[in-house]
Amino acid sequence: MYSLAAKIQDAFDEPACEINRRKDASTRKKGCSKPPTPGAAAGGCAFDGAKVVLQPITDVAHLVHAPLACEGNSWDNRGTASSGPMLWRTSFTTDLTELDIMMGQSERRLFHAIRQIKEAYAPPAIFVYATCVTALIGDDILAVCKRAAEKFGLPVVPINAPGFVGSKNLGNKLAGEALLDHVIGTVEPDDAGPYDINILGEFNLSGEFWLVKPLLDRLGIRVRACIPGDARYRDVASSHRARAAMLVCSTALINLARKMEERWQIPFFEGSFYGITATSEALRRIAELLVKKGADTEILDRTDKLIAEEEAIAWKRLESYRPRLKGKRVLINSGGVKSWSLVHALMEIGMEVVGTSVKKSTVEDKERIKQVLKEEHHMFESIAPRELYAMLSEQKADIMLSGGRTQFIALKAKTPWLDINQERHHPYAGYDGMVELVRQIDLAIHNPVWSDVREPAPWEDDPAVAEQLSSPHTHSATASVAPLKTSRLDAGDFAEC
Amino acid sequence: MVHIHPQTKSAAVNPLKSSQPLGAALAFLGVDGAIPLFHGSQGCTSFALVLCVRHFKETVPLQTTAMDELATVMGGEGHLEEAILNLKKRANPKLIGICTTALAETRSEDFERQIANIKMMRAEELAGTEIVLANTPDFDGALEEGWAKAVTAMIQQITRRGQQARHSRKATIIERITKPGEHPDKRKKVAILPGWHLTVADIEHLREMVESFGLKPVILPDVSGSLDGTVPDRWMPTTYGGTSVEDIHELGTAVQCIGVGEHMRRPAELLQKLTGVPYAVFQSLTGLKNVDRFVSFLSEISGVVAPPKIHRCRAQLQDALLDGHFHFAGKKIAIAAEPDQLYQLATFFIGLGAEIISAVTTTGASKILEKVPAESIQIGDLGDFEDLASDADLVVTHSHGRQVAERLGIPLLRVGFPVFDRLGSQHKLTVLYQGTRDLIFEAANVFQAHQRMPSPEILDGLRKRRNAG
Repeated sequence: MYSLAAKIQDAFDEPACEINRRKDASTRKKGCSKPPTPGAAAGGCAFDGAKVVLQPITDVAHLVHAPLACEGNSWDNRGTASSGPMLWRTSFTTDLTELDIMMGQSERRLFHAIRQIKEAYAPPAIFVYATCVTALIGDDILAVCKRAAEKFGLPVVPINAPGFVGSKNLGNKLAGEALLDHVIGTVEPDDAGPYDINILGEFNLSGEFWLVKPLLDRLGIRVRACIPGDARYRDVASSHRARAAMLVCSTALINLARKMEERWQIPFFEGSFYGITATSEALRRIAELLVKKGADTEILDRTDKLIAEEEAIAWKRLESYRPRLKGKRVLINSGGVKSWSLVHALMEIGMEVVGTSVKKSTVEDKERIKQVLKEEHHMFESIAPRELYAMLSEQKADIMLSGGRTQFIALKAKTPWLDINQERHHPYAGYDGMVELVRQIDLAIHNPVWSDVREPAPWEDDPAVAEQLSSPHTHSATASVAPLKTSRLDAGDFAEC
Repeated sequence: MVHIHPQTKSAAVNPLKSSQPLGAALAFLGVDGAIPLFHGSQGCTSFALVLCVRHFKETVPLQTTAMDELATVMGGEGHLEEAILNLKKRANPKLIGICTTALAETRSEDFERQIANIKMMRAEELAGTEIVLANTPDFDGALEEGWAKAVTAMIQQITRRGQQARHSRKATIIERITKPGEHPDKRKKVAILPGWHLTVADIEHLREMVESFGLKPVILPDVSGSLDGTVPDRWMPTTYGGTSVEDIHELGTAVQCIGVGEHMRRPAELLQKLTGVPYAVFQSLTGLKNVDRFVSFLSEISGVVAPPKIHRCRAQLQDALLDGHFHFAGKKIAIAAEPDQLYQLATFFIGLGAEIISAVTTTGASKILEKVPAESIQIGDLGDFEDLASDADLVVTHSHGRQVAERLGIPLLRVGFPVFDRLGSQHKLTVLYQGTRDLIFEAANVFQAHQRMPSPEILDGLRKRRNAG
């Protein structure tokens, strides 16, 4: 546990994090997320966060060392996509029983589980996740993984982020640490080149990175590793030979980006593929970093040309939505897909952003949102469900963009809603993704069901009927009750039916 | 005699189980004005919540004591108390159902004493809120056990006992008489304890049938009021609808208790022990004969013959059996489900002439497993299921079976929990005459949709004579 405690302190003390830099030494130690309030908490645990970050590595077997719930209640629940191996969607857990825990058999069980997976699936690597119970009873997963790796001849990577140590975000960072400690740099690529980049913190939800990758292909830029979206173990293990990196979801993996810069001199920038301007800026900065690391400067011109072409097409396509969406009010309530650029694009086509959460935004992002929005009070950290419901049922927004957790608050308030988090079914990244997002907003707002569900029943204007209907639980007995004439039956006959 | 094979693998592959505290939470969600509270780390609740929301497509009130590192090492009593007080202050629930998790139980604190302390020290603040504890570690049992434990806990901890119950009943009758023009409810009360596998539609239908005999059903838990997908006109931090706490208090005034599913025997037994209410357990309410027995039983306790509507439903089922059996005869079925649901479905398919070629279940403790009409039952996961089901014509399990079905190229009939990739699972009827009829149609339609056009190759299979040598 000592090393884990040190890791956590290390994660809290992230020098690349702008928010962190503004704090003094003592508040920095406490980390960013406030401890959850018992009875009023939402969100996942550190294990959840670690699994979210690593599970999209598609050819790895992910083994959760825990009693059932950690994996059994949560597997196959994210919409990341793979272009090849499907092993990541197979769920593995030691599913510890009371006996395993009480008799101290859990480490042995873990060892055998690793053997079982190796024999049945022969994956390039196995990731082993510690959880609350196995950490509490003192299982030494580091030692078990080390022994198993030697014995079975494949990388067995311990992921030490038990749920109780903190929030989902901390788990994201601990996952990054595990990759740094055990995976990245363990394989030397034989094909490293001057146009190799890493994309960090991109999850390939609904395959959306495939809307961006063709753009990079056209520029001759090779994605050495996209961590974790659609990644292969080997790509991640050899990602230290990339020339530059883009950090997409900065709050999740900033430690990974910074340490890769320190150890392997891979410069990085924080960017986003959500929104048109953001996508252009990301492409431009990738090209710039590559040039700085020795690539031919002609790539800059090619990039500008591609951007001009793509932007023109995208804006033209978006323009067609203006008549339908002008003046519509949108509320963005998510930690995921949102950036100043998304806000900017929506406003550009005439929509009004009545609020946006900035919970996971960087300081820079917040500044830019502030500039675009002009009204600072439209930014919020989070809204209580009750307030959100009130806001929506008073029809203060025409649509809410959020994640599944608040989906039914919007729907019960009879407000159009669009999923922009991990379970969504549509790709929103890049130029075409932005157009798709606007198309989905249009479809959601203009669906004919809204006028139907908002209309009260015709008889609700009749007070007499309304009163009768509102009386609680009138399960009236059916009228046709006739006396029994058949012979007596013995109730005992039915006891074992 | 069915052979029950215990789990021998070290790693579960594609779990079939959902966790025990989740089962308990589902039961508490069937109580009006309730909030289930997981005693464990934040993630335990978050995972369960997401799964429930994906299944029910509803906001689901579910909270956590959010045990952190300190609580894990030093004990979680403080967190438990803080969570209860916070819930009371924020949502004023009528019932808080505490479900312990593996994390809390591995520490094995005396939760019962802790809660008694909290209730005593905070009596004033907590007035009007019942607090019920179910011990449901994840390392034991699954949904079925968790559900049964929560119902047992409610009966044990808040149902009035023996004499007490009868006294309070008189009191309520007198109160009611004072309202002019209203007569006391003279209908005989029947306590119904449905298993977790009954859907919202099942429970509504069950209620109507019991009422049609002039009986007054009190159903615990009653998810038909709380998870039936309605649109309330205001924000509700707790469940809305379900069994009232008052009805749980008064459960002992019933003339009869009926448990549906073997796992409801324990709570039914306890109710009898505490209040003297006799009970009967119906292990399945699916299939003509099972429903016939149930209807006869209702006639018996009510003294009323089955109303014409029921005769009509029975006739429809007879017809469905006649029309449907062609599609089932000789079909090979693979089922992975919790014990009582496995029994319910296996007997259903056998009853139409199909064959159960593989049966996988979550835990081995249930007595019902001995009665499942299959040669053997594997205690295991969907990995085992995939190995055993490759020759099946139909696989029957919850939505997590979609990968199995895809890989094997066999159609999947989705049942139980969770069903997250189809709509309306809670409005699917699976019990009594109508539910059996609907199940026949649903499965027969799957068979028909996957029927292959005849070809010489397919007919070759028939020409390979078994006795040819």
